[in-house]
Amino acid sequence: MNRYLGIGKNLGLALLFGPLLAAGAWAQNNTLDEIARYRAQLQDGNPAELWEARGEDLWKQKRGPKQVSLEQCDLGKGRGVVKGAYAELPRYFADADRVMDLETRLLHCMMTVQGFSKADATRRVFGSGSNRSDFEALAAWITSESRGVVMKVSLNHPKVQRAYELGEKAFYFRGGPHDFSCSTCHAEDNKRIRLQDLPNLTQKKGAQLGYTTWPAYRVSQGELRTFQWRLYDCFRQQRFPELEFASELSIALTTFLAYNANGAAFNAPAIKR
Amino acid sequence: MKPVYWALPAVVSVLVAAGCATGPRQMEAVTAEDLNIIKASFRAQGQAGLDRLDQDDAQKHCSNPPTVTIAKELAARIEKANFAAIKYPADGNLMGDWRAGERIAQTGVGMQFSDNPKTPSGGNCYACHQVSKEEISFGTIGPSLYNYGKLRGGASPEMQRYTYGRIYNPQAFTACSNMPRFGHNGILTEQQIRDVTALLLDPNSPVNQ
Amino acid sequence: MADPMRIRAVARDGVVNVRVLMSHEMETGQRKDASGKLVPAHFIRNVTATHQGKTVLTALWGPAVAKNPYLEFEFKGGQKGEKIIVTWEDNKGDKRSDEGVIN
Repeated sequence: MNRYLGIGKNLGLALLFGPLLAAGAWAQNNTLDEIARYRAQLQDGNPAELWEARGEDLWKQKRGPKQVSLEQCDLGKGRGVVKGAYAELPRYFADADRVMDLETRLLHCMMTVQGFSKADATRRVFGSGSNRSDFEALAAWITSESRGVVMKVSLNHPKVQRAYELGEKAFYFRGGPHDFSCSTCHAEDNKRIRLQDLPNLTQKKGAQLGYTTWPAYRVSQGELRTFQWRLYDCFRQQRFPELEFASELSIALTTFLAYNANGAAFNAPAIKR
Repeated sequence: MKPVYWALPAVVSVLVAAGCATGPRQMEAVTAEDLNIIKASFRAQGQAGLDRLDQDDAQKHCSNPPTVTIAKELAARIEKANFAAIKYPADGNLMGDWRAGERIAQTGVGMQFSDNPKTPSGGNCYACHQVSKEEISFGTIGPSLYNYGKLRGGASPEMQRYTYGRIYNPQAFTACSNMPRFGHNGILTEQQIRDVTALLLDPNSPVNQ
Repeated sequence: MADPMRIRAVARDGVVNVRVLMSHEMETGQRKDASGKLVPAHFIRNVTATHQGKTVLTALWGPAVAKNPYLEFEFKGGQKGEKIIVTWEDNKGDKRSDEGVIN
């Protein structure tokens, strides 16, 4: 009868965990297995699809003061080309003379193509409940159009090379009251925070696993989150000040991580706890 | 004193750029220009001001891949300066209540821009360490602390002093340690550090069962 | 107005497998907001699915179902090309109905 009823996802987690919290190391290994099984079960029916659908509509709608659709936006593979575009981002855009990741490029197009002011376009970069973010919906759809495409970020342009190098330095940059850097958690194999596995983003395998599974629907938040959000929230937990959306550093770090993931098939929007 | 950086041959950069090698190498120093870009990418929010991006000596010289070992003299300098800055409680009492220590070890809140500055910070020990045997949700970034006191012959005055100091400022003992300097940077109060010391050393603490 | 559902229906050996994603807050009424006030309950109560005018599924839901619910069920007798209509109604009286084509 169960399968005829929507099983509450958080409830599902509680049910899986409940009997396992009983005893010791055995329980711990099993808990990790159960978390993996829980994720696999969720993959079918990933609510990210709801964001993808809204994003596709947003992409095609005539919007903004200029009443133009984002189909006039060039994500790097030509005006309006979405298929495979994310697997080559970040990249250098001559029209802006800048390296841009997806969200930065979208912001650029909202301003130049659709005529939005920066303030209007960035009013809500991360959604919360009924206050939804256009960036999250657009990113969900655009990235879904790169699912299965092999990551191929190029450092050929000197500005991309420079972004990569800055991103690498910033990855190891320790600061704040806790002395944390990205590398505190993400520079060694087989480490965990509590029971959460941490990808080693300095190695190919870890970078591929980490980077190709964002954006993701976070079950614990009931929201779809983009890579900009991932960086933003990592820095919050690092006790750094607030990372600016579409900032140079966010693009540099994204370049560093995306390039390290080259060669892997992109596999998002994913679903995470 | 100026740190000595390893010369970075151009060929290494090329290899790295090609994604072939990310072997152990010391990062090139963050330049003034890098720092400007980093600072311009953040805004002060809540209790987290931009001054959090101003690195002290230890942070500056420890911003490297974990495979890099910094020069001995530099490590010694960092350890010496951090050791000299440890403030032990004036009353000499280093052992608090292990039950309070366990709560501090479990709590991860504090000092994020999203946190209420009035809420006391946690130590979040379990995020990185096994501590008691009962808690199976623990991280592995740091070593297991289970039986910490038992394995070190109990709560002698020397061991209390070492443990309190190690929580207060781990870089006084190991330069570039991943562990936050809980006392040095004002994350935990004197009493909280006493409580965590007791969690590790008290013979009645679950850590030592 | 709530977002459209995503409905996928596949017929195999005379059995149609239907998968539905719904966009809904599914507030339990138990949570408190930042100021400590209870967030009012808001959840889907009834779900029905019809095929060729015949109800093939009725479900009574409550606040224990998660945000953005996913529903999967099977029924006998559907053919390729026919439509399946899914409707939900929540405790505030909001309604949403969408259709999918059986593949």
